[in-house]
Amino acid sequence: MAPFVELADVTFGYNASRTILSGITLAVPRGKLVAVMGGSGCGKTTVLRLICGQHKPSLGEVRVGGRSVAAMNREELQAHRRRLGMLFQFGALFTDMTVFDNIAFPMREHTALPEPVIHDMVLMKLNAVGLRGTAELKPSELSGGMARRVALARSIALDPELVLYDEPFAGLDPISLSVVGQLIRKLNDALGMTSILVTHDIQESLKIVDYIYFISEGRVVAEGTPEAIRASSDPFVRQFVDGEIDGPVRFHYPAPPLAAQFGAPVGARH
Amino acid sequence: MALDALANVFVRLGTASRKGITRLGFAMRFLTAVVSHSGTALTRPRLVVREVYFGGVLSLVIVGISGLFIGMVLALQGYETLVRFGASESMGVLVALSLVRELGPVVTGLLFASRAGSAVTAEIGLMKTTEQLAAMEVMAVDPIARVVAPRFWAGVISMPLLAAIFSMLGIYGGFVVGVPLLGIDAGAFWGQMQAAVDWRHDVLNGVIKSVVFAVAVSLIAVFEGYDCTPTAEGVSAATTRTVVTSAIAILALDFVLTVFMFRGGV
Repeated sequence: MAPFVELADVTFGYNASRTILSGITLAVPRGKLVAVMGGSGCGKTTVLRLICGQHKPSLGEVRVGGRSVAAMNREELQAHRRRLGMLFQFGALFTDMTVFDNIAFPMREHTALPEPVIHDMVLMKLNAVGLRGTAELKPSELSGGMARRVALARSIALDPELVLYDEPFAGLDPISLSVVGQLIRKLNDALGMTSILVTHDIQESLKIVDYIYFISEGRVVAEGTPEAIRASSDPFVRQFVDGEIDGPVRFHYPAPPLAAQFGAPVGARH
Repeated sequence: MALDALANVFVRLGTASRKGITRLGFAMRFLTAVVSHSGTALTRPRLVVREVYFGGVLSLVIVGISGLFIGMVLALQGYETLVRFGASESMGVLVALSLVRELGPVVTGLLFASRAGSAVTAEIGLMKTTEQLAAMEVMAVDPIARVVAPRFWAGVISMPLLAAIFSMLGIYGGFVVGVPLLGIDAGAFWGQMQAAVDWRHDVLNGVIKSVVFAVAVSLIAVFEGYDCTPTAEGVSAATTRTVVTSAIAILALDFVLTVFMFRGGV
């Protein structure tokens, strides 16, 4: 069976001089929760932006449900986006609206449902993330973890087929982190969605996902199920799983030799 | 050496001009996009009304107070000069024409840019910085139609109304100083004003000016917000640019409009 989301040999850069992704290939089967992992700035979020059609690949193809996202016209792209939900890194809740209105927003924009129906649906979504009691609060009155859960409720407001999570665990305390992780897993299974989780939180991801892709320097450098990743002897995977400071991912950003920058004569050792 | 310095000055001037023209081009394309995406704002007037409240109604106090005081000062300063020529009865004309033709649209434009324009830029800029605009886009909701166009049209609607209120209160301020305080005859104050202020030539031209300024200020405010660098520094710079560019645009446009409207006139 063809995967639901597929990146086939995708190359992308925000400008010609800096390539973010170079020939990346990954596949996400329908109904699965897949993590895309890697260090900061390795192009993880770019993968999500390509899937929701905010950018077009320079080379290769991004396919969702068998259709190329880059080949979609404006109407098709809007229809594609209505079928997906995205959780942004810091929630991206609309700060001038209440929690209730935030979740009702996609329903009011895309459906002609009467207000009493929207009311009940919003409360159901809030109940699913355990925050029914916050409906009348403003996003500024929520903690980071609560804001992330509200954003999660908003991203599933229209029961999407595909949900994209951009760093859902960033900046959360261990309890909130675990709550958000469990919610992502449960919602994926209960609503029959397909989910792609972009994160660098290896421990939480190993607990909840079905499959993991590791990206480094714009390429997939390792992949496998959580069990295979735990057992892997690949140096990159080991460095990531064990949190080692130096390894295939260098601690130092490329720079001239230290002595040269300190002005020491060439060849001097002290 | 001196030649190099001179060449550098020309290079900088050239670069700055090229950048300025490119940016103006972007702003014009943005205006086209805003106008062509105004369907949502027109079919859902609530979106515009909400912004009229935030931009217009909440600016009423500052605009009203400024209008009142400017009218009062105009009356005091005008009296000083008019009384020398024995024409103090014409104070109503002086106050009304100054306000309706110039000060109403111009000062309201400057106040609106500082009070509401900067707020719109900061709001849209922060929405961009906190990914709220990107979230809308991913939800298949066009941020230009949903966020930018209502704010633009709210500015275009509010500012001429605020300018009218400014002029009205300014005239009342002039009356308060001129008639009870300086002892000018009330009949002469209002009568001469009625006779000298022409509906089309003065009032309508003033309204046209305020509409032109409203379009300019609203466009600058939404464009700077939408186009800002999504960082705290970027939003701050964009907010400053809105106030500065709006002020320059209002004064330059005022000169151009005045040349066409009032050359050789009264």
